[in-house]
Amino acid sequence: MDQYTLNLLIVGATFALYIGIAIWARAGSTSEFYAAGRGVHPVMNGMATGADWMSAASFISMAGIIAFGGYDTSAYLMGWTGGYVLLAMLLAPYLRKFGKFTVPEFIGDRFYSPTARLVAVICLIVASVTYVIGQMTGVGVAFSRFLEVDKETGLYIGAAIVFMYAVLGGMKGITYTQVAQYVVLIVAYTIPAVFISLQLTGNPIPGLGLFSTDVSTGQPLLATLEGLVTDLGFKSYLSQSDTTLNMVLFTASLMIGTAGLPHVIVRFFTVPKVADARSSAGWALVFIALLYLTAPAVAAMARLNLINTFYPNGVGEATLSLAEIEAGTDAKGQDINWVNNWAKTGLLKFDDKNGDGMIQYVGDKDANELTVNNDIMVLANPEIANLPGWVIALVAAGGLAAALSTAAGLLLAISSAISHDLIKGAINPGISEKGELMAARVSMGVAIAVATYLGLNPPGFAAQTVALAFGLAAASLFPAILMGIFSKRINNKGAVAGMLAGLIVTVVYIFLHKGWFFIPDTNSFTDADPLLLSIKSTSFGSVGAIINFIVAYVVSNATEDTPQEIQDLVESIRIPKGAGAATGH
Amino acid sequence: MADKSSSNAYWAANIRLIRILLVIWAVASFGCGILLRPMLSGIGVGGTDLGFWFAQQGSILVFLVLIFVYAARMNKLDREHGVEE
Repeated sequence: MDQYTLNLLIVGATFALYIGIAIWARAGSTSEFYAAGRGVHPVMNGMATGADWMSAASFISMAGIIAFGGYDTSAYLMGWTGGYVLLAMLLAPYLRKFGKFTVPEFIGDRFYSPTARLVAVICLIVASVTYVIGQMTGVGVAFSRFLEVDKETGLYIGAAIVFMYAVLGGMKGITYTQVAQYVVLIVAYTIPAVFISLQLTGNPIPGLGLFSTDVSTGQPLLATLEGLVTDLGFKSYLSQSDTTLNMVLFTASLMIGTAGLPHVIVRFFTVPKVADARSSAGWALVFIALLYLTAPAVAAMARLNLINTFYPNGVGEATLSLAEIEAGTDAKGQDINWVNNWAKTGLLKFDDKNGDGMIQYVGDKDANELTVNNDIMVLANPEIANLPGWVIALVAAGGLAAALSTAAGLLLAISSAISHDLIKGAINPGISEKGELMAARVSMGVAIAVATYLGLNPPGFAAQTVALAFGLAAASLFPAILMGIFSKRINNKGAVAGMLAGLIVTVVYIFLHKGWFFIPDTNSFTDADPLLLSIKSTSFGSVGAIINFIVAYVVSNATEDTPQEIQDLVESIRIPKGAGAATGH
Repeated sequence: MADKSSSNAYWAANIRLIRILLVIWAVASFGCGILLRPMLSGIGVGGTDLGFWFAQQGSILVFLVLIFVYAARMNKLDREHGVEE
């Protein structure tokens, strides 16, 4: 069976499974649509949260970034997991006790202000829509590579499938579908990693293999890799080259952003009890950690295999020649067809600058003849290691599961913000439950259309949008929710001023570095030489959050005290007793 | 509804617990993974040093332990103060 048929078969089988589950679990009420009727077991909810959280960025992109960035990129590993500690202790249990459906609803009630709710809706929509565009683009690229269709067709297929199960199923459908998607993505991520770890270190657990001995050199794997990259003139894999300030702020931004992203927070509204919200965050992290403990191993091993492919006889010896790439076999008879396969996508490029018929892969930019896009490392990894065809197909299915599950969760957060917070909360409070459900589905359809359109004509900011989504969530929503729970003193004016200050300062800082509305060449600064100290635009979310806290505190203290009923509300969300079912109506 | 003084004591105990656990959270990630890495450079782990391990794996394991410790301690606190569901 050829690779194309295998891909089709395995990806098709997983999709049939997701759609089957979505139909089986169709939502009948708004409570089921938004919060799965609150009947989801903490372990199941944790697994679904894992799939929801781990997007194309975690599955496809992250290990590639680490493979080329080394220690400096550890912020992704710490940041995207450390946020769950904040969620479990600072947000999830109290929001579950509050017992409503959406994040803006909490902000609107706690700060007794429709304006605060509206500002929260804006933050949520901007953060989530930009995040969805990235996922849709990822879906398009993955489909086009593995189903050998063009990028547009891939995107339409992906949009249609997201529409099917997100719109029909709602949260209940999404939760069970995401459990299945989690299983697919973790199996797809782990299997090639186990094979490769066995090949390189003899250790079947990739996370341990990373710190084991490389069987071909007898040295520790990381020492071997460090020796190779420094010999070739690349930046060190093990030591720090970023500034400590930027690394700390970037890690903090990703952590706070994780805890502030509404599609993640909303997961904790779906568990039966307050105590379950705490343990659910723990289970979510267990399932996320299974991938995140493997990711640094995938990164280091993929980099090592990449270097070994181009230096089959070792560094300092003859490199891979153009004739060998053309033939698909190297001097030792190893299959290297993957180089040609990926060269076709344009994501891997080689250019024989010095005309010697060989491809030099070195750190010196002028002499280097190979460029590899970060994002292909995970997808190409099984091919580089010459793993069987079904593993390659499985990785494709896993990447799509990761992208689709996150897109669906984000779309749900967007649609509930529009139908529940905007239409029911502000425009037409008398809307029937049926009408609200319809509005939710329509707004989901509109959001998919917008994201697909922007995915078709990417404004050239896929990577930046993810940073913007995190920065926005970190600077706007997280501080407001946190202060709403832990302080009785923060009032409506303080919260609104804080959210707006955090949001605007962060957006402006990002636009100053990435271009206004991401239009190229309208930026005044670059991340290589940023405006403030060494703070890159991706790291600025944590500064925005600090500004939010300070403004909210100062404004609240200068204005009147919060009313007694709000102080009572804060008292009541702090204790688990009497949570009961959701009271959204 | 629990009476006022009991729920105040419950909340104070919760804050105390959160404070301790967040200090550990910060020491493991920002501390051992980044700021204290130079001080830990003498301790070797599989071809690199302890700080590298904390940054890429160790902190994640610490986070896991922290959440489950928090969940278990809070369940106990809920019962002691009679505020469980």
